[in-house]
Amino acid sequence: MKEKLRSLWQTLFGDSVRAFGVVSLVFLASMAIAPAKNFFSEWRHYQHGYLSMIRNRSEANTLRRHFQGGIQQIWLPELGVVDRCTSCHVGLKEATLTDVAQQPYRKHPVIPHNLDQFGCTVCHRGQGAATTVAEAHSSTLAWEQPILPAKYIESSCGQCHRGPLSGTPQLNLGRNLLSRSGCVHCHAVKLPDGSTLKATDDPPSLSHIADKTTREWVYAWLKDPQAYAVTATMPNFKLSDDDARDISAFLIANSTPISGDNATLSAKASSDPAAGASLYGESFCASCHAVQNAAGNVVGGNLGPELTRIGSKVKAEWLQAWVRNPRVYDPPTAMPHYRFSDAQVATLTGFLLAKTDSDLLASVHLDAATPEQIAHGKRLVSDYGCASCHEIAGFKKPENFAPELSRIGSKPITQLIFLTGMPHTLPDYIAGKIKQPRAFAPGLKMPQYTFTPAQVDALTTALLSLNDRSYSLPPSLAVAAPPESDYQPAGKPGKLMADLACFSCHRINGHGGDMAPDLTWEGSSVQREWLVQFFKNPGTLRPALIRRMPKFNLTDGEASELTDYMMTVYQSPAVDRDAMPLSGYSQGQIELGKQLFYGKYSCQGCHIVDTKTDKGYIGPTLTHIGSRLTAAWIYQWMKNPQALRPGTIEPNRAMSDEDARALTAFLISQKGGGKQEAAKK
Amino acid sequence: MNRFASGALVLGVAVLAASCSRKSESTALKPTAFGAAIVESSGGKQFAQTGTSLPQPVVVQVNDQQGAAVTGALVEFAAAPGVTFDPASALTDSSGQVTTNVALGGMAGRYQITVSTFDTSHKKVDLRIEEIALGYQQTLGQRLNEQYCDRCHNAESTVQRVSNYDNLEVKPHPFTEGETLNKLSDADLTAIITYGGPALNKSALMPAWGNTLKKSDVQSLIAYIRAVSDPPSRSGGPLYAKN
Repeated sequence: MKEKLRSLWQTLFGDSVRAFGVVSLVFLASMAIAPAKNFFSEWRHYQHGYLSMIRNRSEANTLRRHFQGGIQQIWLPELGVVDRCTSCHVGLKEATLTDVAQQPYRKHPVIPHNLDQFGCTVCHRGQGAATTVAEAHSSTLAWEQPILPAKYIESSCGQCHRGPLSGTPQLNLGRNLLSRSGCVHCHAVKLPDGSTLKATDDPPSLSHIADKTTREWVYAWLKDPQAYAVTATMPNFKLSDDDARDISAFLIANSTPISGDNATLSAKASSDPAAGASLYGESFCASCHAVQNAAGNVVGGNLGPELTRIGSKVKAEWLQAWVRNPRVYDPPTAMPHYRFSDAQVATLTGFLLAKTDSDLLASVHLDAATPEQIAHGKRLVSDYGCASCHEIAGFKKPENFAPELSRIGSKPITQLIFLTGMPHTLPDYIAGKIKQPRAFAPGLKMPQYTFTPAQVDALTTALLSLNDRSYSLPPSLAVAAPPESDYQPAGKPGKLMADLACFSCHRINGHGGDMAPDLTWEGSSVQREWLVQFFKNPGTLRPALIRRMPKFNLTDGEASELTDYMMTVYQSPAVDRDAMPLSGYSQGQIELGKQLFYGKYSCQGCHIVDTKTDKGYIGPTLTHIGSRLTAAWIYQWMKNPQALRPGTIEPNRAMSDEDARALTAFLISQKGGGKQEAAKK
Repeated sequence: MNRFASGALVLGVAVLAASCSRKSESTALKPTAFGAAIVESSGGKQFAQTGTSLPQPVVVQVNDQQGAAVTGALVEFAAAPGVTFDPASALTDSSGQVTTNVALGGMAGRYQITVSTFDTSHKKVDLRIEEIALGYQQTLGQRLNEQYCDRCHNAESTVQRVSNYDNLEVKPHPFTEGETLNKLSDADLTAIITYGGPALNKSALMPAWGNTLKKSDVQSLIAYIRAVSDPPSRSGGPLYAKN
């Protein structure tokens, strides 16, 4: 063995020439490693694959002419982008490669941005400078930014676009949920423009809770809010029986009465279910409140709380007082003050109190609270941060109760603690925290929410958009959210509109809900007499609509005061409502309008003028339009509906002045008289 | 030298086998029954944004040769990489059904889902279900469709929306109606949407949307129509089969 080694040594390094030769050969060979590594690199492999893929296509010559070999790079210093992704994703900009299923060769789907202006990693994350698949797409020791999974991609839109976009439903939903589900009551979210994300939910004050409900209900609710109402947004704090007992004891003991809430029943709650159901329907309670039906489906709106088991919750006296005037108990409530008569209050209260669930409180037996329990309950209320969401007498809203989430989308993975079996990525961590917040460590306080998987994805998307890049982007790229309006009408009519909660459904000057029409220019649009009558007895305008304005039982004075205010103040500068007369159009013009209506513009597809022949179910019924709208408004609406009401689905037909005038003449002659006369006969 | 190598090999195989067997042990479901056929109950041909879950779960049923439901048959779901199933395999319940939630892959196009079970002779029985992932432009189109088109072009009413389809003298074409719509070129569809039905000698009940929708909106709508047409349109995106 030794002999052999020695002779090998002699052969290779026996003299200096031999040694030089051998060392040179070894050196040359090692010099060749680098070019070889380059030659066999992944991107070259993919570029070869691309060339052989396009060979069989009809437009091969064009594609080959566009093809540039070698490492490609998009360099955008102001965005911090050095993206070499196009070295392998060769066909990203080739318009004809939309049908290629084989990646990385498919054309990039249509987006509103140019790849050369934004690069790839601004939206997709990953390592732009890497030239191997693993380094570009996954976390490595040196880099920890993996590719963003497709389901969260809209988070990247949110880095620049601070407001909702029509192409990002998931991001919009997630941001909405952040504000609506109470997240921002505890977690501060500062936005790059300096503003703070505001909560849009309205958790009830607990300072007078003993007026409203019993300690038993509070206990059952604390134990499991969703057992009372499946749509409840209050999360489950997983309280022990003792803790729930003590918190309920404290909240009831801490409650102070509001005068008027515990007034004795002025009328006995009526037990006529048919009358109750019909009043509930007529008052359109279901536009805001949902009820779970026998099949388990939740039917109704979500502006107000679900009422499936309301009878097991509220005290009869409180409910009566609430239905009579909710503003006594909660001045800023979104619920309108309906001005019900005593008999109506009794009917509705009786109907609602019958909505009970005997199982809900059956197993709840609470002994009288001891001072120790109340004191312990108070400590728990402070520990769990109840006052972050609810107003509780004696408590201040705690500051920085939970970690700030302003840059959660850039949190380094090294700072995260993962559950076993969970993929080590930031999106998985965020989604996991939302799904099971208490699993990550013992003693965590964040409660359990009941989000659907789609809602978890949406929330994760919104949180991922809160990242360092959204702060470091050039300010010129930021697209601000549409400004929020806090418009409030002034004076006595303003107070009346607040009392009726008009803004819960209607939007005026950018403020308010979207359930009902925008009233910003109502004064230019409708005739005074119609509006007075509508306030007193609202009818439905659209045949296919389930919701309509409820009857608020306004007095004559109130109706005319509201009408006067709206007719004077809510006027469009583009419509002079007195510019065109309400009658006196020539028969020829009316006839021409009729022809245009049924012929050229085929309006009967969506509208009804003659109930015998027309069936259109989309737009408002026009049988009485001549007594409802002003001629000037109809004319301007014909010319450009979106100019008067942005977003309306009535198409802009670019009508000539003559056509618009003729159609106005035809429509303004529809006073609804024919139908009434027919009825008289 | 040789002995060491073979020793290492044996060790390696043993470790591999052990890890594999543990993995399969923890996930494998043992079927208690076998069917003859597998049929779709619901959930096929749905649309969802790329990467997101389908609005409704996919439900399949395993039947025996007489067509009766089989309980306890193993059903497995497979599709192109990027598609996830929750669960990916399950035993049929008392009504012979398996329900799974499907999230589509990150690229727009059609995804073919292969649902399989084993028959009594342990041969694989397959069912193929197609689902459609909508890209950015098609999602925009879907939104526009819901806002402007669906009320007439979709004959089905929902609680929120009463369909106007039955009220129209000339019936509009549902956007899934590939037999008709695939024959129309993009230019024709653009003309109808922009200038109304009369532009192509069709009904005036279809109004002109050219002054209401932007050009890019019309393109988005056409991309959506192409994506959802049945049978598939040539420009509706590629088919992602299992590979």
